[in-house]
Parts: sequence; C-alpha cells; structure tokens
Amino acid sequence: MKNKLKQLFETKKDNLLSIYFSSGFPTLESTTTIIETLGENHVDFMEVGIPFSDPLADGPTIQESSKIALDNGMNLKLLFNQLYNIKESNTKPLIMMGYWNSVLQFGVENFLKACVKTNISGAILPDLPLEIYERKYQALFESYNIPMVFLITPHTSEERIRKIDQLSNAFIYAVSSSSTTGNKTGIEGAKEYLQRIKNYQLKSPIITGFNIKNKEDYQFACQFTNGVVIGSAFIKAINKEGDLKKNILDFLSEFELKPRNL
Amino acid sequence: MNYNVDKDGFYGEYGGAYIPELLHPNVEELKLKYLDLIQSPNFQKEFKNLLKDYVGRPSPLYFSERLSEKYGFQIYLKREDLNHTGAHKINNTLGQILLAEKLGKKRIIAETGAGQHGVATATVCALKGLECIVYMGAKDIKRQKPNVERMKMLGAKVVPVHSGSKTLKDATNEAIRDWINHPEETHYIIGSVVGPHPYPDMVAIFQSVISEEIKIQMDGNPDYIIACVGGGSNAMGAYYHFLDDREVKLIGVEAAGEGVKTNKTAATIALGKPGVLHASYSYLIQDEDGQIVEPHSISAGLDYPGIGPAHSFYNDVKRVKYVSITDQEALKAGLELCKIEGIIPALESAHALAYLKYLRAKPNERVIINLSGRGDKDLHTYINYLNK
Repeated sequence: MKNKLKQLFETKKDNLLSIYFSSGFPTLESTTTIIETLGENHVDFMEVGIPFSDPLADGPTIQESSKIALDNGMNLKLLFNQLYNIKESNTKPLIMMGYWNSVLQFGVENFLKACVKTNISGAILPDLPLEIYERKYQALFESYNIPMVFLITPHTSEERIRKIDQLSNAFIYAVSSSSTTGNKTGIEGAKEYLQRIKNYQLKSPIITGFNIKNKEDYQFACQFTNGVVIGSAFIKAINKEGDLKKNILDFLSEFELKPRNL
Repeated sequence: MNYNVDKDGFYGEYGGAYIPELLHPNVEELKLKYLDLIQSPNFQKEFKNLLKDYVGRPSPLYFSERLSEKYGFQIYLKREDLNHTGAHKINNTLGQILLAEKLGKKRIIAETGAGQHGVATATVCALKGLECIVYMGAKDIKRQKPNVERMKMLGAKVVPVHSGSKTLKDATNEAIRDWINHPEETHYIIGSVVGPHPYPDMVAIFQSVISEEIKIQMDGNPDYIIACVGGGSNAMGAYYHFLDDREVKLIGVEAAGEGVKTNKTAATIALGKPGVLHASYSYLIQDEDGQIVEPHSISAGLDYPGIGPAHSFYNDVKRVKYVSITDQEALKAGLELCKIEGIIPALESAHALAYLKYLRAKPNERVIINLSGRGDKDLHTYINYLNK
C-alpha cells in the first residue's frame, strides 16, 4: 500500500494543516472521534500522541493531557486497536508521535509491524536522536517503510539540517523556537529562521510546529514552509465542557478551512 | 575490559544521549569541550585549590575500631560527610561551576530531591556570583524544609514542581524543560551520574577524587568498597580508580524501601529493566508500557526510579555486585553508627553501613564504606523512628 503521507505531499504543497492530539484524551474513546472529525473537516494529516509519564519536551498543556490519558488507561496496544478499527474509514495520513521508551518497551519491531497493520504513515520520536537512529534503527524502519520525521530548531546548523534532509523520506518538522511545546507566544520571532530554511531549498517538505496557536500563526508559517502542526492550542480547545465534536468544529472554524476543489 | 564510557557515550549498550533535537547544541558543546577543559592545567589548578581550601579535602579515611570489632573485619569510613555542605555532592557542583564559567554561561539550573545537590549547587553559584535556579518537587519541598531555606539563604531561587509525582524525577524533567527553553545562556548542573552523555562521565570524573584519595590514604588496595546507589555518583567516585583492579570487590547498595517485592521500593537494578529516562538508556523502574513508576525510599537521595548507565553496565558484566537494604535496616544501621562512633550518617550512607551485617569478609580483610553524607538533614526521620 502506498504511504498516504507521501501521496499527500505529492498532491498538496501549500497551507497544509495538521493537528497533534494526545490519544486517550479527554476520554479513552476520544481518539476515533477526533480522527474522524478532523478528517472530515479538511485537516490534512494528524499526529497521534502516545502518552508518556515523563514527557520532557512538552509544556504544561501536553503534559497534563498525557497524564489524563494515562489515568484513563491509554496504552500503545489499546491505541493500535483503536486505530485498526478505523483503518478503512479514515482516509487521512496518521503519524505516531511519542517518546522512545514507549516504543522500546512495546518492542521496536512490534511497533513497526503494528504501524503497517494500522496503515500509519510515519513516526515522530523526538528523543531518539539522529545518530542513534542511523546507527541502530534506520534499516529496520526502512524495511517496514515507516518514515521517521526529524525535528530541526533555530539552533540546528545548516550542515545538520542538510543531513536531516537527506535522511528524511516524509517531511522535516521545523520547531518554531527553542522551547518546549506550547510555551511561547506567537511565532513572528521565527521569521529569520523560517526564511533561512526556505532559502536552503531542501528536498523534503517542511512543516512548522510548536507554538502555532491561531490562523495568523498558520498563515505566517505557511509563507515560508509547506504547512503547520497545531498541538497545545488544539488540546486546550477540546479540554472544555460540552460535546467533543462541537469543540473540535469550533476550533477549526477559526481557520476558515474550505473544501478543496477536487 | 573497558569500564569507561566509549566515544559515542555508551557503557556497553547503556547511556547515550537520547535527547530531543532542541538540546543537541548544548549537549554537543559539552561533549566536544568537557574533557579538554577539565584536563587543562588552569582548570585543574583552580579545582584542586578549591577542593582543598573550600571543601576541606582530602576527606579522612577513618579506621573505625569499634565497628571493626563488632563485625570482625577491618572497617574504614571514607568521610565525605565532613565536606563543606555535608556530602560528596559538592565535588561535582564545584567541577561543573568551573566548567560553566569556562563555557561563558551566566545562568545555572539544577534539580534536587532531598535538597543536598540543590544546596551544593546554590553554594558554588554564590561562590561564583552566578544566577541559580533549583527545581524541586512540591512534595520534596514540604518534607525537606531546612534545605529549601538553606538554598534561599545562599541566594538561589527554588522553583516548586507540581507536575507528575512532584518528586525528584519530575524536578529533573522540569530542569531539562528549562534548559530547552533557555539553551544559550544556561548550564544545567545534573547532580548524579545520570542524564545524557557526557554527564555520567563528567560527574564520575569530578567524583573520582574520592577513590583517588583512597589510593593515597590506604597502603595497598582494600578488599571491598561499599557505597549506596541512587543515581550512583558517590559510588562511581569511590569505585573509579579501582575499576581495573579486579581484586577489589565493589558493592553497590540500593534502597529496597519497604522491600524489593513490595511496590514501595527504589531498588532499580533489582527490579528494573532497561529503558530511556532523562535522556539515558539504563535500568529503570517502569511498568510494562514503559511508564515510569514512582519509587519509594526513606532516604530522599535514593528515591529515584533510574540509575546511572555505568552501574547498569557494571551489573551486567558483574564488575559490581548490587544488593539492597530496606528502610528499617538503614535506620538501624544509621543509629548504630551514632552510638558506636559518634557519627550521624545521612540515611543514604546508612544503607551502605547496613550491608555490613551481610558481608562475609575475613578478619584481616579491609572494607571501605563510602560515608557519602552527614545526617543532619535526616534528624527528623531518625527522631520519628526513635519515638515510634
């Protein structure tokens, strides 16, 4: 089966919108509703968060949602079961995002097999660094055709960015500023950095993430990169009383996403 | 066998730098510079002078006649409890503050559990006039009030951590997050031989002064060296110069808490299986999904769900024997030292002392206990136990 994410990048190159959510939050069964609602409403792809007890790259919002998800009983096995059940109905690319220890304890090869079985399009594992991936896991990930997505930051050197570009076979995740997730206001400060990456003319698509909160941030980042990921702001929006689906639609309405002309 | 870290930052398969890209520039800078900086004559001169005149080193190697009589072999105490600030922790913070200065860092962050490392960090920051921010679990702040006050007197800002279980592991997470958010001006002083490479090696080098002195203080090698192990920095320091001397038997004492088979324990090697926490691959106390389980020990300094990667390696290759001691055994051993020698040991060090009753040494064999800290901070716990 062709990788959905690669297909997406072949057909759409601008204004890509993706959403990160913590699986198992706000309730254990929310995963399906979130994926379906986002998928039906023009979100291009989604990052499915694997909750971890010690999420050291995350700010308070994602920490809290991970904790609630764990209290709700979420784990990788259950998550893959949920994803398996919507594998036919969901048309949007899904990427697994989490911390390396979750994958390690599940078994790296088991994880990759489960990704294939549930038609997952890639993985973002921020605390598995490039060097260790190359040395120990690259061959394995490639043999299952699960692309690994690497992060770059305003402090990543050009040399390293170019190396990451060569290693990437889905997209590059450009972290908007040196911060944990959802920790800084606005991304205007990232202009010079995003322009610099644009000028590199990398082969991989670039998606900007961390601290993207609203339509303005989205439009700003899309001037330089192929799209954005929204995480903390989305989690805040669904952490409200009332119907989950309605909360999701309210959040998306701000972005004025229109149906694409097919 | 090579017991030291390899060029990629691993001890066998343990260790490494499992860091998010956000920390790459900081950790890479340290990795490239730490050895040259530490080995430079200027650094060594200042470090040694401060260890001598500020910390009060060398710490004595004291032959404990009455303990020896009681247990029937020759027992020596390496008196790290006599250091300035009351524990071995200052050896590391002093080394790291000099390193931070050389790297041009203006802002120092640290995590602390019991507050000993926090106090040692606040102390060296005061000495060097650098800004100091210490992350401490909200639960630990409540149970270690005197150390919180000490840190404040020394000019540090103590930030309560309310995430997760509100203890040491969460304080460490929060310190790492601070570092991610302030990458350029900040140096993170980790308190033990944990965290991403090069920290385990760097902290081991600074603590190795303990075994360097023992080599000079003792005529010939000891037969045993016993040290308590939480993250494992005092043990690393005590073992360091003896690792290649295979005839010296090394023993690491973990905190069993209420018992290794209860769920209230901090005996990582006894219970754990390898995984990644705080950017290093090592034994961890975790559930089957890889979620970190909150440990328990009466001694806050051993109350950590992980262990330094070198210890995981030494366990697997059987260079060090890891054992565990319960809360009760540690309390009894601590009180015994008070009565027999007039020394109130830290509850951490009391775990090492408590192993003496299990040790089968011959009468002429020489056993060193690394008395890593003094027990002033634990008076409350000792008194509660006595009044029970």
